[in-house]
Amino acid sequence: MAAAIGSPSRAAASAPSRAAAGTAPSRAVLRVASAGPSPRRRGAVAAAAMQPAKAVAAEASTAAAELNGAAVAGMARPDAMGRFGKFGGKYVPETLMHALTELESAFHALATDEEFQKELDGILKDYVGRESPLYFAERLTEHYKRADGTGPLIYLKREDLNHTGAHKINNAVAQALLAKRLGKQRIIAETGAGQHGVATATVCARFGLQCIIYMGAQDMERQALNVFRMRLLGAEVRPVHSGTATLKDATSEAIRDWVTNVETTHYILGSVAGPHPYPMMVREFHKVIGQETRRQAMDKWGGKPDVLVACVGGGSNAMGLFHEFVDDQDVRLIGVEAAGHGVDTDKHAATLTKGEVGVLHGSMSYLLQDDDGQVIEPHSISAGLDYPGVGPEHSFLKDIGRAEYDSVTDQEALDAFKRVSRLEGIIPALETSHALAYLEKLCPTLPDGVRVVVNCSGRGDKDVHTASKYLEV
Amino acid sequence: MAFALKAAASTAGSASLAASTAGSASLAAAGPRRGAAPAAGRVSFRGAAAGPGVAVRAAAAAVAQDKRSISGTFAELREQGKTALVPFITAGDPDLATTAKALKILDACGSDVIELGVPYSDPLADGPVIQASATRALAKGTTFEDVISMVKEVIPELSCPVSLFTYYNPILKRGIPNFMTIVKEAGLHGLVVPDVPLEETDILRSEAAKNNLELVLLTTPTTPNERMEKIAQASEGFIYLVSTVGVTGTRANVSNKVQSLLQDIKKVTEKPVAVGFGVSTAEHVKQIAGWGADGVIVGSAMVRLLGESASPEEGLKKLEELAKNLKAALE
Repeated sequence: MAAAIGSPSRAAASAPSRAAAGTAPSRAVLRVASAGPSPRRRGAVAAAAMQPAKAVAAEASTAAAELNGAAVAGMARPDAMGRFGKFGGKYVPETLMHALTELESAFHALATDEEFQKELDGILKDYVGRESPLYFAERLTEHYKRADGTGPLIYLKREDLNHTGAHKINNAVAQALLAKRLGKQRIIAETGAGQHGVATATVCARFGLQCIIYMGAQDMERQALNVFRMRLLGAEVRPVHSGTATLKDATSEAIRDWVTNVETTHYILGSVAGPHPYPMMVREFHKVIGQETRRQAMDKWGGKPDVLVACVGGGSNAMGLFHEFVDDQDVRLIGVEAAGHGVDTDKHAATLTKGEVGVLHGSMSYLLQDDDGQVIEPHSISAGLDYPGVGPEHSFLKDIGRAEYDSVTDQEALDAFKRVSRLEGIIPALETSHALAYLEKLCPTLPDGVRVVVNCSGRGDKDVHTASKYLEV
Repeated sequence: MAFALKAAASTAGSASLAASTAGSASLAAAGPRRGAAPAAGRVSFRGAAAGPGVAVRAAAAAVAQDKRSISGTFAELREQGKTALVPFITAGDPDLATTAKALKILDACGSDVIELGVPYSDPLADGPVIQASATRALAKGTTFEDVISMVKEVIPELSCPVSLFTYYNPILKRGIPNFMTIVKEAGLHGLVVPDVPLEETDILRSEAAKNNLELVLLTTPTTPNERMEKIAQASEGFIYLVSTVGVTGTRANVSNKVQSLLQDIKKVTEKPVAVGFGVSTAEHVKQIAGWGADGVIVGSAMVRLLGESASPEEGLKKLEELAKNLKAALE
C-alpha cells in the first residue's frame, strides 16, 4: 500500500509523470490564475502560470522567484542539513542533537525495511481504516454552481473517517512503531485541540507503550472531552501552566521533557514542525493522503485534481495532501490559515500571512512575533490551528511561490462548519472548516468543471461543544 | 586576580577620562559607587588574590579601555590555580534596577564572569525557575533595549566580564550583525545561545568575532565524543559543560559522570571548562572544582533568590550571601 515511507527527498519526483492528464478545465484554471504575473514570473514557464496573482507575492525575493516551481522538482527537500531553502534546520539544546541524529538514521533505515513497511501497512489498513475515500460532495458542488449552471466540482478526501477521527493517526501509528524499533518504551507528545494527544494515546494503548501528553491548562478546559478520552486510553495528561498555557507552551514542555528523558523516551511530535527530521518524517508518514488521492482521482476521472485545499496550523494534513503533487506544476496548492478575528487584529493565527521569519521549537520558519522577537500568542476558534509557528516546508513553498496561502476568520469557519453539516451530512472539525470556508472565496473564481479536492482532515464531534456557544441551529 | 581586574578597570577609567568618548561619565562615577558597595569583605577578599598580574593588567588596561575578556579571565585564574565563579541572573526580574544592583553585588563578591539572561517567551532549555523568572520579567515589560541600556550603564562599573545568555529568535529578529554590534557597544564580552547547536553556529561565530565577542558553546552528557571535540574546538571563552541530561534547575546532587566528562574534554582541549545546570550549593561547587573544572555556573539558585524574595532588598541580600558563600567554597 501507498504508505511506504520511501526515499523522502524525491518521493514525489519519482511518481509517474502524469502531466498529460492536465485536461481542458485545468488549463482554464491556469489562465485565470496567471493574471498579472511579473515579467520574471512569466518567464518561469508553467510554474508561475500556476499561481494566481495573490500568490505571486510582491515580497518574494528575486532569488526565490528564480527558484520557482519547476526547479523544485529536482531538489532534495529537505537537504542534508534538514533545510527547505533557508527554513527548517535543528535549533535545539545540544542535549537533543544526538537523539535527532539517531532518529534520522532510524527513519532512513526503516524506509528500506520491508518488515517495518509491511507491519505499518497492515496497521494502517486494518486498524486505522485506510484507504480513506475520495468523496464527491454533490450538494456542496451544487451550492457553488453559478446561475448559468457552471462551477467547480468539489471532492472531499475523507481523513475524518480514520480511526480517532482525523489524519493525525497516520503519523502517530508510524512513530509508535518507530519508537518500538528504537527500543523506547516511554512516549511523550504535545497536543492543542487534543486530536494528536488522542491519536498518540490510542497508538500507545495499541502497542503497550507508556504515554504522557502535555497540554496547556487553558486547552484542557476548552477540550475537556478529549482530556477524558486520553485518560480513558491510559495516558497521563500533564497540564502546562507556563507562559500562556496553550499549544506552544505544551510543545515547549514536551521538548523539555525530551531533553530530560531523551535516553528512554521518544517524542511523537504531531505536526510537520519542530527540528529536523520531524518536518520531513511527519510529512512522509502523512504523504499517503496525497498518494491515495492521485490514485483515486485517476480511477474516478482519469486525471489529476486541479486544486488542492487544506487547512494549515502546523501544516501536517496540508503537507500530507500536497507532497505528492508538489512537482505537478498544473495542480494548484492552497493552504488556509486561521484569521481568528481578522488578520488585521491582534487575534489570529495566520502565521504565513502575517508572520516574520524566526525560530521556534527547533526550526526556522515564519513565526508570529513582536518587535522584540518574543513569540506572540495566536488566536483561533480552532485549538488545532492556534499555533504561532508553521511547518518550515510551508514557508518554503510560500516563498518560492509554489503554494498559495490565505486565511479565513473564526466566523467564516463556523459558517462552513454549519454549511457542510447541512449540505453533506458531514460535521467537519473546526480546523477542517477553515479549508471548507475558503471554498466561498475560491469557487467563484474557478471555471466550470475544475476539480477541487479539500482535505477533510478531521471530524467535528470534538468541536460541537465549542460551536454550540456560537451557532444558532 | 579579581583584584587585578578591578584595578585594571579603575586605571582604565581614570586613564581614559581624557580620551574616552563613550562611557567616561559612568567610569568616573565608578569609584564612589564602588565605595558604597559592600566593600569591607570585598577588599580583603580581593586583596588576597592580587598577584604579579596586577601591574601587567593595569598597564595593558591603560592602553585600551576594556581588556577584559572571558578567555583572558579564565587564563589568569588558571595561572593562580583558581576556579571561576560564574553566576547567572535573569535581566528584569524582579526589575531592571534590581538587576543592575545584583550585577554590582555579584561582581563585588568576586564573581569571575557573569551570565546575564535575556528574558524570552519560550525558553526551551530552562527549567521552571528560570522560565518563571523570564515570564515575570516580560510581564513587567522588559525589552531587549531596556536590558541593553541598563547593561551599558552598569558594565563600566564592573571588574568582571559579562556574557549575554539569549535564545536565538531575539537575535534573528534584529539581524545577526546588528545584534552583535548592539551587544558589543553595550560593553558585553560574550554570548551563550542555548538553542543554536554547533551546526548552526558559523554565522553567529563569525559575526561575534567581528565584534570581539566570545561565543560559548555547550556540550552535554549525551554529546558523543567526536562531536564534543568539535564543539570544544569551536567554543570561545570557555566550554560550557552541561552537568546533567535535562534543563536548567537545581538538583540535590551533581552526577559523578561530570568527572569523567571533564576528563574527556580535557583530553582534547586546553580550553577552560565551566560546569553548569543543576549546580547550586557550596558542596556542589567544591566537588566540581575538585574534579578539575575551570569554572562553575550557578543559575536557578541565584534567580530564585532574586525573583522569589519578599522584596528586592531581601533578594539582593540573600544573593550576596550565596555568592560569598560559593566564592569562599572555591577559595
